[in-house]
Amino acid sequence: MGSGAGYAGDRIDPAQDLAERGQLNTLVFECLAERTIALAQLRRSHDPSAGFDPLLSERMRAVLPACVAQGTTIITNMGAANPMAAGQAVLAVARELGLPHLKVAVVTGDDVLQWVQAHQVELMDSKQTTSDLRESLISANVYLGADALLPALQAGANVIVTGRVADPALFLAPLMHHFGWAADDWPRLGAGLLVGHLLECAAQVTGGYIADPGQFDVPNLHRVGFPLAEVAADGTATITKLPDTGGRVDRLTCTAQLLYEVEDPARYLQPDVVGDFSQVQFTPTGPDRVRVQGASGSPRPTHLKATLGYREGFIGEGQISYAGPGARARGALALDILRHRLVVAGLAEHEHRAELVGVNAMHGPHLGADREPYEVRVRLAVRCTTRAQAERVGQEVEALYLNGPAGGGGVTQSVREVVAAASVLVPRDVVQPQCHLLEHPSLPPSGGSAP
Amino acid sequence: MTHSAPQKLQDIAIARSGDKGNRATLSIIARDPAHYPLLASLLTTERVKAHYAGVVHGDVQRYTLPHLAAVHFVMHDALGGGVTRSLALDAHGKTLSAAILDVPLS
Repeated sequence: MGSGAGYAGDRIDPAQDLAERGQLNTLVFECLAERTIALAQLRRSHDPSAGFDPLLSERMRAVLPACVAQGTTIITNMGAANPMAAGQAVLAVARELGLPHLKVAVVTGDDVLQWVQAHQVELMDSKQTTSDLRESLISANVYLGADALLPALQAGANVIVTGRVADPALFLAPLMHHFGWAADDWPRLGAGLLVGHLLECAAQVTGGYIADPGQFDVPNLHRVGFPLAEVAADGTATITKLPDTGGRVDRLTCTAQLLYEVEDPARYLQPDVVGDFSQVQFTPTGPDRVRVQGASGSPRPTHLKATLGYREGFIGEGQISYAGPGARARGALALDILRHRLVVAGLAEHEHRAELVGVNAMHGPHLGADREPYEVRVRLAVRCTTRAQAERVGQEVEALYLNGPAGGGGVTQSVREVVAAASVLVPRDVVQPQCHLLEHPSLPPSGGSAP
Repeated sequence: MTHSAPQKLQDIAIARSGDKGNRATLSIIARDPAHYPLLASLLTTERVKAHYAGVVHGDVQRYTLPHLAAVHFVMHDALGGGVTRSLALDAHGKTLSAAILDVPLS
């Protein structure tokens, strides 16, 4: 199996390369971040045919011909807030490419907004409950597990489109289906989960996001290959990439990805299994080939996690640069002026960050405090209730041109509506995944243009 | 690669951070597994918490992983309320990983 995307905006050409040369059973595109569905839901509320990944059609055009020719199943969560419309979009591409008999399955059931609206549930990591968000709630989507995808695989779908599904479950499902792993075979599910977790961020396991020149060099990142895994029936696997692609696969790239965004490595909570990665061993077996063994698992959690998207006001931001001798002192003066201006604007009590990019914007007040930069960028960001307040923030930074220290330049301003995410736990019996098989596309009429 | 004796964590390890709600995860992995015991003794919970003073406001949990030659941390209240609502330029805390590599080895 291969990974065709690690996030919504990921490169498309490495996915096409994998589809054409990877001899894959399955190609997975993982494209949903925490608030992607909430943002997609807002688009859908303006346009009922929208709300899925804007790159879906382009990705399908790139990989469908090779996947259909080779019998590779495509699995993706690009359905976002509108999986049914996404499924229709896949069929439209198939029509355009003249690919008859394409079987598209759409998995729904992740949307639990109605249940959340009807119940008062505590937010995880917060003292609030769902009733505190009621007015501003946009979306609520539960992380479905691999079990939700099995009917679509059993039906022989060529393309499976979902909304929210736990990222590694997109990979675990075809392994369960292919090898006939039982839903309570926790050690094997844990091993399959690890394969999914290693692949879900695409190039992050093949040399992306790890290069540090002179310390850890990675060749040809401009054409880094996306990963594929050769998985055995016992769940052990080899992680590799296509020959003649950039990047590298070794113990370090695999270990960094294994731990990425995992909290307790012995208890990685997922809908299908609690993964135990603490005893995993990576063994190089050839150039850019690493064998993975030792993952296990224990019984799945009783509840499923759901992500809520809600409106939380606005963030107003402005930036201005200073350079040359005394840049840091002029930047500091600018920040001092801006703090006074926040009082004038009635925003002094609002949560804000006033910082110097190049000095303290990344790692706080202590690290790097004793270094003198050649240039700094003043940055002011303020949490606001209204759009007008947020616009005022950028205006105050811009006014430093005529009213601030010498030599300020390159002002940028931004206002963004905050769509925040929170999590709740949902009982399993509330969630009823469904699999919809869409009709085969007919070929376009002769002379007709593709939609 | 450095040919002189290693001076800083950067000379013997790689690091990666990730986000989980308002928590940052931080993994430090020995480039040569032989350096794992040094990593594990150097990177105590207290040391990491002190290093990220002013950035990490909550508890820090440590996981030692000898099979992987890695030490892994979960740092609470580290991301300005979480990626989706943070005022920070680097809302994910992605750059936090590099900061730890500045720690001297002696």
